[in-house]
Amino acid sequence: MFRILRTRALGRNIKLFEIEAPRIAHKQKPGQFVILRLHDRGERIPLTIEGSDPKKGSITLVVQSIGKTTSLMNSLEAGDVVLDVVGPLGKPSEIRNYGTAVVIGGSVGTAVALPTARALKEAGNRVIGITGSRSKDLLVLEDELRAVSHETFVMTDDGSYGEQGLVTKKLQELIDSGLKIDLVLAIGPVPMMRAVWNVARTHGIKTLVSLNSIMVDGTGMCGGCRVLAGDKSKFACVDGPEFDAAEINFDVLIQRNNMYRGDEKRSLDKFLANPEEDLKLMRDLRSRADAERCQLETLEAAAKREVSDAVA
Amino acid sequence: MPSHNPLANRDRMKIQRQHMPEQDAVERGHNFKEVNLGLPEEVAKIEAQRCLACEKTTCITACPVGVKIKDFVDLVLAGDYIGAARKIREDNSLPAVTGRVCPQEDQCEGKCVLAKKGSSLAIGYLERFVADYEQSTGQLGMPAIAPATGKKVAIVGSGPAGLSCAGDLIQKGHKVRVFEALHEIGGVLIYGIPEFRLPKEIVRQEVDNLRQMGVEFETNVVVGKTVTIDELMQEEGYDAVFLATGAGLPQFLGIAGEHLNGVYSANEFLTRVNLMRAYQFPEYDEPVYDCRGKDVIVVGGGNTALDAVRTALRLGARSASIFYRRTEAEMPARKEEVAHAKAEGVQFHFLVNPLAFEGDEKGWLKSVTCSRMELGEMDASGRRRPVPVQGSEFETAVSLAIIAVGTTANPLVQSTTPDLATNKRGYIVTDADSQKTSKRGVFAGGDIVTGAATVILAMGAGRNGAKAIHDYLTTDVF
Ligand SMILES: Cc1cc2nc3c(=O)[nH]c(=O)nc-3n(C[C@H](O)[C@H](O)[C@H](O)COP(=O)(O)OP(=O)(O)OC[C@H]3O[C@@H](n4cnc5c(N)ncnc54)[C@H](O)[C@@H]3O)c2cc1C
Ligand code: FES
Repeated sequence: MFRILRTRALGRNIKLFEIEAPRIAHKQKPGQFVILRLHDRGERIPLTIEGSDPKKGSITLVVQSIGKTTSLMNSLEAGDVVLDVVGPLGKPSEIRNYGTAVVIGGSVGTAVALPTARALKEAGNRVIGITGSRSKDLLVLEDELRAVSHETFVMTDDGSYGEQGLVTKKLQELIDSGLKIDLVLAIGPVPMMRAVWNVARTHGIKTLVSLNSIMVDGTGMCGGCRVLAGDKSKFACVDGPEFDAAEINFDVLIQRNNMYRGDEKRSLDKFLANPEEDLKLMRDLRSRADAERCQLETLEAAAKREVSDAVA
Repeated sequence: MPSHNPLANRDRMKIQRQHMPEQDAVERGHNFKEVNLGLPEEVAKIEAQRCLACEKTTCITACPVGVKIKDFVDLVLAGDYIGAARKIREDNSLPAVTGRVCPQEDQCEGKCVLAKKGSSLAIGYLERFVADYEQSTGQLGMPAIAPATGKKVAIVGSGPAGLSCAGDLIQKGHKVRVFEALHEIGGVLIYGIPEFRLPKEIVRQEVDNLRQMGVEFETNVVVGKTVTIDELMQEEGYDAVFLATGAGLPQFLGIAGEHLNGVYSANEFLTRVNLMRAYQFPEYDEPVYDCRGKDVIVVGGGNTALDAVRTALRLGARSASIFYRRTEAEMPARKEEVAHAKAEGVQFHFLVNPLAFEGDEKGWLKSVTCSRMELGEMDASGRRRPVPVQGSEFETAVSLAIIAVGTTANPLVQSTTPDLATNKRGYIVTDADSQKTSKRGVFAGGDIVTGAATVILAMGAGRNGAKAIHDYLTTDVF
């Protein structure tokens, strides 16, 4: 069981979680993800790791409520526990000094892009950040992106904040201004990533994307996450999640991500109509974890007493 | 040991092989409850009387772990079922599992003298009877645990190989911790083999027994990612490691259309249904393709293929068919499963091989084009190689296709352990007897060494590994 240490609302239906997961915190590298299962009846969903604190033994995740599991997750608070978190999975981002890197985050994609952006900067790249979303309330971690970028642009579709327009508009402007771009990293909804690639490809700019395939195990065991890369099949969970956009067949990705649309809706509707069932599972889990912790503390105290008695 | 059999050999041979009571074929096609119901005590006793108690126990020689069949059958005759269970456990730590899933017809029962004269002793049924009796009374013949040695062993993977290795090592007084990538313990026994063939409660019970003996389990650890072998040994103080990661990587056909929605690997389909309990969606969150009223095909002829096709049937498929490129005689699946599947209404199409999948404009599978095959020359596996029949292509409508043509080694551990030797196909190379790998203190066994095989072979490898690890830890000779 994995305890939530801290939460922070970042935007409409978007929440940051700091979760105790020492093993993962020690190993996590930018670009990697975890698979999480909330309770005994839960599904396994992939979430990219926004960052980690190895000393504290914690990782941070940013979750946007979209389906049932993410909605339930976003009702959790510090002190609550989730049943299973496994990781860090996937290949870390390929970090080197490319030159100038434009990092583009679409809404929560910005959270996912942050650790890689930071690493790119540390590797000597000039990092230009672009964060965009439909409207202001879906924009997240702008300050954090600013902190890891040499220059940052904020875009909203409706102009409610920053500049009005899509992230691709800004990318195009940067290209048109004569800026030599060596790498684009685009993370966000698939249509956004595809649109970015369509701009970048005409200028021959290497573009990396992080794919949010449907996953089960996350270890290469099921093949459910497979993507069509060139004419080859690759598993997003072990060969990715980051891929060179040039190899990816985005149409197949979108098609496969639609596979459970109906079920996802049914599951969400059921949850929204009667959230109590799941909330109770989460409360029970927390009590179980509390009891276990209590027991552990008693044992540890007893062990300490024994040691001090022995010393005395 | 004097035999408890009251009958003369001649009379023993007059008794017919007893039948396993099973759930009605039509009814069970709609539920996930176990198909075989187990022998009642009286029937088990009658069956046990058929044993000729041969001088030369060919059945035992044919058992990969050498279960003392003659002795345990005699204990059944004596009515000492717990004693019989203890006898089996001397060689086999998961009797309730193997009694259900071993390919007995290729092993013990295949070499039973009675097989030549009609039908073999139902050793698997008897093993299951004894194991179930033991579990139902809760009087588990718990083995004694040796005094603590102070040595620590990490076991990677919690399938039959890992579990049996853990069970043996804990008895020798070592500290044992099993690391499992998934959230539940049991490997293929949990995520692969369906409830209707191996109830998960039985696996859980066996895992609980190990826990009571002192084995520690840590789920959600992908060794190679979450922690490496070197970290386990150098930072966490493990004196030895046993790798039992299985052969979990699914193979696809590599034909057009495999990315269509509605094409699954058997691993994914079975994992969703078994591990994630998608058959109870939406009570459980993980969905699986809604098979109701659909035509489903499964490509392959092994146990996995049969498990997948019978699962699809239970999920409400209108038709559930096996497409196999050889003939029934070459099918590697257990004979009993084939018979059960037929009774349930699974259709078998032999000598067919898919060439391409076709989809609709939204990317959903709608048909498959196949070629008919014929058997040609012998191939490396000693079976006649299927070759396509020219001009025999045909197309057939289908909504769900499940690929069950085998699995290979998952490279996660090997790729982060550079000094671990693997063969061309990615399997870990070990010393045949001792399960030693090229890396000091690291041993391996089960499907990750042999390639996809059987539960009992994996368990045998786990036992050998435990023996070798114990020798290594106590004599420090590598
Ligand atoms: C659907 C199906 C049906 C079958 N039916 C039968 C049958 O009827 N009879 C029979 O005898 N055999 C059957 N088999 C074969 C049998 O199940 C296997 O041969 C046996 O389970 C192999 O055991 P194992 O311990 O080597 O590996 P597995 O059972 O595969 O267990 C390996 C475990 O290791 C874990 N793991 C993998 N990598 C890592 C890692 N890096 N870190 C941590 N954990 C890891 C996996 O998650 C898994 O839990 C069947 C197999 C399948 C798939
Ligand atoms: S999620 Fe199962 S193989 Fe990638």
